[in-house]
Amino acid sequence: MDRRTTIKWVLAASASSPLLRALPSWAAEAAPVEPMLALKGYGTDPDLLKTYHPGEVWPLTLTVSQRQLAAVLSDLIIPADEYSGSATSVGVVDFIDEWVSAPYPDCRRDRPIVLAGFGWLDAEAARRFGRGFVALDAAQQAGICDDICDATRAAPAQRDAARFFAVYRDLTAAGFYSSPVGRKDLGYIGNVPLPHFDGPPAELLRKLNLP
Amino acid sequence: MPFVTPDKQQSAYDVIVVGSGAAGGQSAYTLCMDGAKVLMLEAGRKYSAENETPMFQTPDMAPLGGVPTPDKVFGFYDATVDGGWQVPGEPYVRMTEAAAGSFWWWRARMLGGRTSHWGRISLRNGPYDFKPRRRDGLGFDWPIAYEDLAPYYDKVELLIGVYGGNEGLENTPTSPPGCLLPPPAPLVSDLLVKQRAARLGIPLIPGRRAVLTRALDHKRNPARLYPGNASAQKLTAEAMRSRSACLWATPCNRGCSVRANYQSITVHLPPALASGNLDITTDAMVYEVTLGRDGRATGVNFIDRTTGRQRHASARVVVLAASACESARILLNSKSGQFPQGLANSSGKVGRYLMDTVGSSVRGQVPLLESLPPMNEDAADGHQLYVPWWLYKEQLAGKLGFARGYHIEFRGGREMPGPTTAAGIEWLTGGSYGVKFKQDVRRYYGSFIGFDGRGEMIPNENSYCEIDPGGAKDKWGIPVLRFHWQWSEHELRQAAHMQRTFVDIIEAMGGRVHGEVLTDGAKAIAPGGFIIHEVGGAIMGSDAGNSVTNQWCQTWDVPNLFITDGAVFASNADKNPTLTIMAIAWRAADHILERLRRREL
Repeated sequence: MDRRTTIKWVLAASASSPLLRALPSWAAEAAPVEPMLALKGYGTDPDLLKTYHPGEVWPLTLTVSQRQLAAVLSDLIIPADEYSGSATSVGVVDFIDEWVSAPYPDCRRDRPIVLAGFGWLDAEAARRFGRGFVALDAAQQAGICDDICDATRAAPAQRDAARFFAVYRDLTAAGFYSSPVGRKDLGYIGNVPLPHFDGPPAELLRKLNLP
Repeated sequence: MPFVTPDKQQSAYDVIVVGSGAAGGQSAYTLCMDGAKVLMLEAGRKYSAENETPMFQTPDMAPLGGVPTPDKVFGFYDATVDGGWQVPGEPYVRMTEAAAGSFWWWRARMLGGRTSHWGRISLRNGPYDFKPRRRDGLGFDWPIAYEDLAPYYDKVELLIGVYGGNEGLENTPTSPPGCLLPPPAPLVSDLLVKQRAARLGIPLIPGRRAVLTRALDHKRNPARLYPGNASAQKLTAEAMRSRSACLWATPCNRGCSVRANYQSITVHLPPALASGNLDITTDAMVYEVTLGRDGRATGVNFIDRTTGRQRHASARVVVLAASACESARILLNSKSGQFPQGLANSSGKVGRYLMDTVGSSVRGQVPLLESLPPMNEDAADGHQLYVPWWLYKEQLAGKLGFARGYHIEFRGGREMPGPTTAAGIEWLTGGSYGVKFKQDVRRYYGSFIGFDGRGEMIPNENSYCEIDPGGAKDKWGIPVLRFHWQWSEHELRQAAHMQRTFVDIIEAMGGRVHGEVLTDGAKAIAPGGFIIHEVGGAIMGSDAGNSVTNQWCQTWDVPNLFITDGAVFASNADKNPTLTIMAIAWRAADHILERLRRREL
């Protein structure tokens, strides 16, 4: 996940920006005073055998309303379908909260992008529909996402929002495809001991014209 | 009592071995099988593959899905303790932070050193690789030829278990019958690379890795290794019986609790400990070899990390196997009236001629591999096939613009999904989200392929380490190293050639390259130390004036001081160094045993 942080984007999230000054009171809640973030991670010799849960090694920091928005957006990116459940059904919001609350450089780089993106979504929802993003109906939410889901097609004014969307989609997918449900969705059948390994089925090799 | 605190050490040993990785493990094993009393000193903590390996843990069980972080640079489950390119409290100094001139020093602080996390790729150097100067006039020849080391390659393969094939390609040695285990079946992506690379004249052959594709023959192998030594046969057979064949699951860099791949702690140390001839002290940070008035090493000084106290241990012979740079550091820090520039350094060559492997990578995506049916492709965790260097004749004829070769490692297939499986794929999906995104991820999963070149670096005068003139010390008060690094045009052009080759292969597969193709070698090459194949720093030679050891890894200056790790490499062939480190260490240990028997040490 190599992404460039845009300082401009971070600055846009500060309280002095016209964007946030224009926010109604319910949106201001989405940009609270920055909490104390953990300084230390799991260290260079962690126990590798125990199962870790988000919030266990460093505290989670998203607010209730940020988590609500995170849940709605994650499920827009990975909804339930005929093969598997949605992002929130496997705990992706906890994964994202763990990520943006973590002390490591990649996470610290993503945090302001994600939080400012949340703020932008609410501001954009208010501008277009007069309500917060969570309160929009699915078509309205998709209308906003459609504009920012592809950074190469996004309008110049929405490029930073598009960059946020790309980061957030990666984080949602990271949480989802790390889970047992995500592995099953992709048809991954490994990570089990086998008595022998036989290679690909002959029929498939014939189909692909491989010797 | 094999694991001992400093207070429980014997007053004297036959041999002290500093380090417990590939070199230390092999040295101690060989010495103990023939009855030498050995003390092994390891700077890191005690570590157990049986009790600490996360064999089947999945990404959702780790913080952040197990992604790499500064605490665990190769990911949460990588078998590295207190290690990485930075070790807490143990800094080093770079002359420059610029990528082109920087060297990154990877260390671990654990029993077994770096052998728990390593890639297990186990290629023999070929005949050219020991006499490169004779071939093209550059670098140095080794004082040994392939024929001198071949019997030891055989022994190491028989002992640790290496899978592979015997194709007999140029400068790519075969192994005698019975030395190798069968290679694993190739994946779909492997076969597609093979088919399409062949159209470019690029050969693919089975890889060689220290993974047990079937159980070792615990009857025949020990008898071949130790004819006439019933005790060594029995100990080795018992150790082999304790190792399971590969389960075809769970990545090797986590280590292996069923001992199906090589780690010093699961292969070398158990029989050595069972012999009763080995004591091991962990948390023992050696900083100095002590010298007697007769010019012989008397032992080593070390810091007991559990107390912070300085301790001493004595032996008739000292073997440094602490890794190339750490062994050089110990020598440079061992100053005396006789050796004011550091021990065994009358040539001034300690720390000189550091080499790493040239590395460069290209990734791509291959439509033919999209939407394949579910199948288990965990296999033996990669390197089922590889490309040995194939342009020897063109190179010798001067057609390539660089003097030494590279081999190609690559990886495709349906790896266990995780945090990066669906990251950054907008270039394929057009930014899809929703149900379409899930369909896209299913379609593209398993269709990516990554190529990594691994090439030879020629030793040069500008790549070396020294004790930091600024006086920097680590948390134990031990002076630290300062690194100087410079690639030559040979390496830079080689890296650019790798990029072009990988693009050609990806396109021959009908695939698309992802990211920028780096035709400028200075941008294409990974920084020094990134491939973690650092060797040199105390090279072997046939002349005491321009090398540190003779062909037996014995220092020219101090007759009972040996260096058996990568420091003695006089060149760094494209072949990954670990197998050669073990073969050299075994040969040196045989020599030490012989000299001990003759009371010459």
